[in-house]
Amino acid sequence: MSIQPAASESGEPAALRRAVEAIGATAGSAIDRTVQFVETVGGTVRLTGSALAWTVRGLFLPSVKLGRASLVEQMVRVGVRSIAIVMLVEAFIGSILALQLAPTLESYGQIQMIANVVAIAIVRELGPLITAIVLSGFAGASIAAEIGAMVESEEIKALRAHAINPIRFLIVPRFLATTMMIVGLAVIADVIGVLGGFLTSWLALGITPETYFESTRAALVIRDFITGLTKAGVFGGLIAMIACHAGMTVKGGAVGVGNATTSTVVKSIVAIIGMDAVFTAIFYAFGW
Amino acid sequence: MASADAVISIRDLRKSFPTADGGRITVLHSVTFDVMRGETLVIMGGSGCGKSTLLNCLIGELPIDEGAILYRTNEMEEAVDVTGLREREFNNIRRRMGILFQSGALFNSMTLAENVALPLREHSYVEESIIDIVVTLKLQQVKMLAHRDKMPTQLSGGQKKRAGLARATALDPEILFYDEPSAGLDPVTSTAIDELIMDLSSKLQVTSVVVTHEMDSAFRIADRMVMLDKGRVLRIGPRSDFESIRDADPASLSTADDRLINQFLNGYSDGPLTDAEGMSEFEKLIIGTALSEDRTTA
Repeated sequence: MSIQPAASESGEPAALRRAVEAIGATAGSAIDRTVQFVETVGGTVRLTGSALAWTVRGLFLPSVKLGRASLVEQMVRVGVRSIAIVMLVEAFIGSILALQLAPTLESYGQIQMIANVVAIAIVRELGPLITAIVLSGFAGASIAAEIGAMVESEEIKALRAHAINPIRFLIVPRFLATTMMIVGLAVIADVIGVLGGFLTSWLALGITPETYFESTRAALVIRDFITGLTKAGVFGGLIAMIACHAGMTVKGGAVGVGNATTSTVVKSIVAIIGMDAVFTAIFYAFGW
Repeated sequence: MASADAVISIRDLRKSFPTADGGRITVLHSVTFDVMRGETLVIMGGSGCGKSTLLNCLIGELPIDEGAILYRTNEMEEAVDVTGLREREFNNIRRRMGILFQSGALFNSMTLAENVALPLREHSYVEESIIDIVVTLKLQQVKMLAHRDKMPTQLSGGQKKRAGLARATALDPEILFYDEPSAGLDPVTSTAIDELIMDLSSKLQVTSVVVTHEMDSAFRIADRMVMLDKGRVLRIGPRSDFESIRDADPASLSTADDRLINQFLNGYSDGPLTDAEGMSEFEKLIIGTALSEDRTTA
């Protein structure tokens, strides 16, 4: 008895099936990822909602303890320790901006305009943005790793078992600390960024200090600071909540904690830049 | 519904989990029993029998599918069903509980003293000097006072459990839950922990619920015992019942359940637990093939 080759093994149908399978698998994983994305965003929004609710309760109800000591501890950890890095990065950014702008502005004979452009770019945009990106690596990753490790070692379960709400006890201090400290850091970043631009312009491009600071003062209005610092605050909240959500949803031991840390940095940066675009569009539409 | 002197009454509790292929697997089937005031009840069973799930359901960590869990602490007029209870209301009951987790679950960022002080700081308005006295007492009780300023990472497994026990008793609970108190400890430390459990339950008059599969420890501390198998209660009774089943000859036991309990308590490799009906499909496949090969060669 001769053995007939099976129909599916003969060229075309098999190739077709593989193609359909590949398309199906791609579509399937795309759906999975969409579901995952919606779950993450939804979970983060819900967590933010309850963190805000606890904050309000903590401010107005004397019976709700927010833990001042732990807030200060988190502020030191998030804020104070990242000051040096934020300053270093922002000084470079100011300097880079000045050098990049110089040839173009010089060709228009407007080299003294460097101060204006650097001031606006730093205060409205790069001060808050770069601070937030530094913090997402600095504070976001460490918050996610810390809370993830607490989930893994049953500490969160133990908190709940002691009738201590983990959102109030762990997340609210981190949320408030990051939001407050990033505003302070953004102020430092603004000053250092402008100084970086100034030093480069003065030492390398020959602009006098008087001209530079006069142009900077003329270019900036209070509104620039307000929009920039508002953005910074929102970015801080985003970083804290993305990190806390990633930490709280850790699964699968040490690998899970590692994944949460990496994904926090990636998600934070995407969320920060996306949120920045939204803010810029709104400010532009209202002429702020 | 619940007996008058029951602190915890579990009624027809059912719990299932979703599986990877979209179905559901039932881990607890209609579990019903009472935990009486002041007793030490040991919940036993093999790995995967649902005892940890049961504990998690009792402390409100997992929602249940069906049934009821009723608590009646001293200040309660009548038993309260905690299923579907709001977090804040459940927390009032949780304040009357203490839980010793398998790993101790100490907060790693705090010293031992701070760990023990945390429930006091969170749930009472007493002064720091008084908190300090209570912390000293609680650590003394578990013989860990010398380590009060150490961080949890500097401690051994047994020390972590002792410290966890000090924290669990910080608010003088009425009910203490123990999740595998002697798992992973050497026999001497394990006995010491058992003695501590007995000591606490007699001194503090607490009701204790202990989940374990360490038989020596179970027989040392239990007033009553519950045997779980595949999510069902096989038997509940005083320790003496289980002792007589343990010491009996398997052949003389009349029911399959008793033979299974006998096998479990004695740790025999032969018996109903390891018979084909108690096996997973995979185990049947492997062992079934081996058996039929045996027969052909014979």
